Amino acid sequence: MSRLSLPRARSGSAALVSAVAALALALTGCSSDEGSASADGKITLTVGTFGTFGYKEAGLYDAYMKQNPGITIKENPTTVEGNYWTALQTRLSGGGLDDVQALEVARISLATSEDLADAFVDLSDAPGVDKKDYLPWKWDQATTADGRTIGLGTDVGPMAICYRQDLFKAAGLPSDPESVGKLWAGDWAKFVEVGKQYQAKAPKGTAFMDSASGLFNAVVSSSPVQYYKDGKLAYKDSASVRTAWDLAVKAVQGKTSQGLKMFDTPWQTAFSKSTFATTVCPSWQQANVQQFSGPGNKGKWNIAQPPAAGNWGGSFLAVPASGKHVDEAKKLVAWLTAPEQQAKVFQKVGNIPANQAAYDLPGVVGYKNAYIGPDAATGLIFSTAAKSIKPAETGPRAGDLTGAFSTGVLLMEQNGKTPEEAWNATVRQIDSTIQ
Amino acid sequence: MASTTAPSRNGSAERPDTQPPPARPTGPSAWRSRLHRWDTKGTPYALVAPFFLVFAAFGLFPLLYTGWLSFHRVSLYNVDRAEWVGLRNYEDLFTGQVSHYFWNALLNTFTLGVLSTVPQLLIALGLAHLLNYRLRARGFLRTALLAPYATSVAAATLVFALIFSPEGGMANWVLGLFGAGPLHWEAGRWSSQFAISVIVTWRWTGYNALIFLAAMQAVPRELYEAAALDGANRWQQFLHVTIPALRPTILFTVIVSTIGATQLFGEPYLFGGQSGHQGGTDHQYETLGILMYDQGFHSSMLGRASAVAWTMFGLLLLIGLVNALLTRRLRASQ
Repeated sequence: MSRLSLPRARSGSAALVSAVAALALALTGCSSDEGSASADGKITLTVGTFGTFGYKEAGLYDAYMKQNPGITIKENPTTVEGNYWTALQTRLSGGGLDDVQALEVARISLATSEDLADAFVDLSDAPGVDKKDYLPWKWDQATTADGRTIGLGTDVGPMAICYRQDLFKAAGLPSDPESVGKLWAGDWAKFVEVGKQYQAKAPKGTAFMDSASGLFNAVVSSSPVQYYKDGKLAYKDSASVRTAWDLAVKAVQGKTSQGLKMFDTPWQTAFSKSTFATTVCPSWQQANVQQFSGPGNKGKWNIAQPPAAGNWGGSFLAVPASGKHVDEAKKLVAWLTAPEQQAKVFQKVGNIPANQAAYDLPGVVGYKNAYIGPDAATGLIFSTAAKSIKPAETGPRAGDLTGAFSTGVLLMEQNGKTPEEAWNATVRQIDSTIQ
Repeated sequence: MASTTAPSRNGSAERPDTQPPPARPTGPSAWRSRLHRWDTKGTPYALVAPFFLVFAAFGLFPLLYTGWLSFHRVSLYNVDRAEWVGLRNYEDLFTGQVSHYFWNALLNTFTLGVLSTVPQLLIALGLAHLLNYRLRARGFLRTALLAPYATSVAAATLVFALIFSPEGGMANWVLGLFGAGPLHWEAGRWSSQFAISVIVTWRWTGYNALIFLAAMQAVPRELYEAAALDGANRWQQFLHVTIPALRPTILFTVIVSTIGATQLFGEPYLFGGQSGHQGGTDHQYETLGILMYDQGFHSSMLGRASAVAWTMFGLLLLIGLVNALLTRRLRASQ
């Protein structure tokens, strides 16, 4: 043991040193935050985001700081929205919110409800904000019953289908975007049928789609009635939920889905291993396709019109009322969501603007993604889909419902449950947490 | 106490004949003696006080506050609008809407506890025994044992998640060598619990081995020599000398590992990826810790989460009680 005791003592003092260093860092970190607010007249604005908002990538923070020398912007990004929301909820009661907080569309109904609306300020009077610019349904989603708009739309999630032209060709299917779009035009059931055709001649070890829960979500997302009706939870009687469930069951039973949990590591790996031929592609999904498939698969993906237009995802920026620099934060949010800035984000990372004035700017409708199908009219497909989205009623727990049903479909795909067992488990899950 | 002892002490100073050590008759030295007494009696309390103050602020208060919350319906973002519901949360847990998940989590906590604690302690015991011999590079090996313990849960779990990944993971490759088909480790109840146990075992075996090793080195060499003279081989020495001498240490590690297993959270949470918050799509490895997190922070039902927390607290008290009884019996038998 004597030999052990020496390193242990050393590591003890090392730990002490590092603890002191950490403390010093924390102290200076605090003081620099406080100091910048008042001492030298500089203001630090923090922006809490999840996923990829693209502001840093498009150089927007730098541009804003150059225009406004008194302001420093710091982004606090989180990768997964679920984790971001959990932390945000905790901070809403415990404090420590950022000056600007992003909100996902599935949370906006809760954020605009009586419970939470007072935590955010009205943004409709922010400098330069014009209600007409935004997609009307996007604007309404972030507006409370008493007419305060607490979030400005950053992007929407019009859906398309991303598909592997090489795998389609190998399975004897057409591979140019137009013919592919025609294969399933108008009906998600056709999409599942094409899956069966693909599977019959599929290259070994590949599946038609990545995940049946993706299909489920896409079908629900393209319906005008989803989980809520007349302000009440109505998923059990919702035709779209039923249709989506039945199609997911068909996809699972026809073995046309690889059964991956979306966004998880195996799902990410599968992109680079080319084991599935299609994935539902809301505009923000383009960044994932490119990142996870990697340079080796460049030019293999293409993009086609979906069976039906729908919205999956998209976000807002909100300003918490408890912030120290509410007016400065409002100004920043108004600027970030203005048409010019949204167009830049779209060209950089592919998030389709929620600000429809941006569609008229050069380089948006005509945009082509260099990685996905260099010849496909990406900008046209998404902007057309965005304008034809019929807004659906949403509710406070829409995000949790989406999660519960994705899990429900996975129960069939991964855990070998029968459709009835999986449905019952999903209902039990929802009943136990959503009241 | 102070008010009654102080005059009597003053009195004793005036009448030296009543006290056995009468050597402090004058005023200043009486003050000094009092100071000395305070010093010997009070200093220990003063020195431990910071711990108890910190404990009161960060241990006791949250404990009581959680207890109070467990009788309310509270949402995460509106803690000040708590609504009294009496025992509703506990009813929900034991017989109501969440009971399915609660009993499932309790069972999982138990099976995961057994799956990870038992191999972990057995391997640790064996490793410690081997390291107790005069080996080359013994110091290095002993230090290396601590490496997994020093690794962060997140890092270890993410690496193991890759090993057990259905997409070209190493575990399936090994299975393939034996001709067994690829397994979706995370999806199955037993396979996922096995994988999580491997992570826990990997992280804690070295730590326990070092504790065993320290205890083994305190076993007198003469005992081994005597046993050897009686013709006991190495295995018999281990069985009849080492193990009995290590009994209190083994009990200690069992208790500590059991408490750790009851609170298991990080490994299953991170192992599950997107569905880690509920311990897998089918709740197949949801522990009590995960259930608490899921109810409180995912479904924002703080009252119910607090009820889970207090149930876990009760469970730990029970384990502590069993520990105390066992220790007493062990002492009585010695």
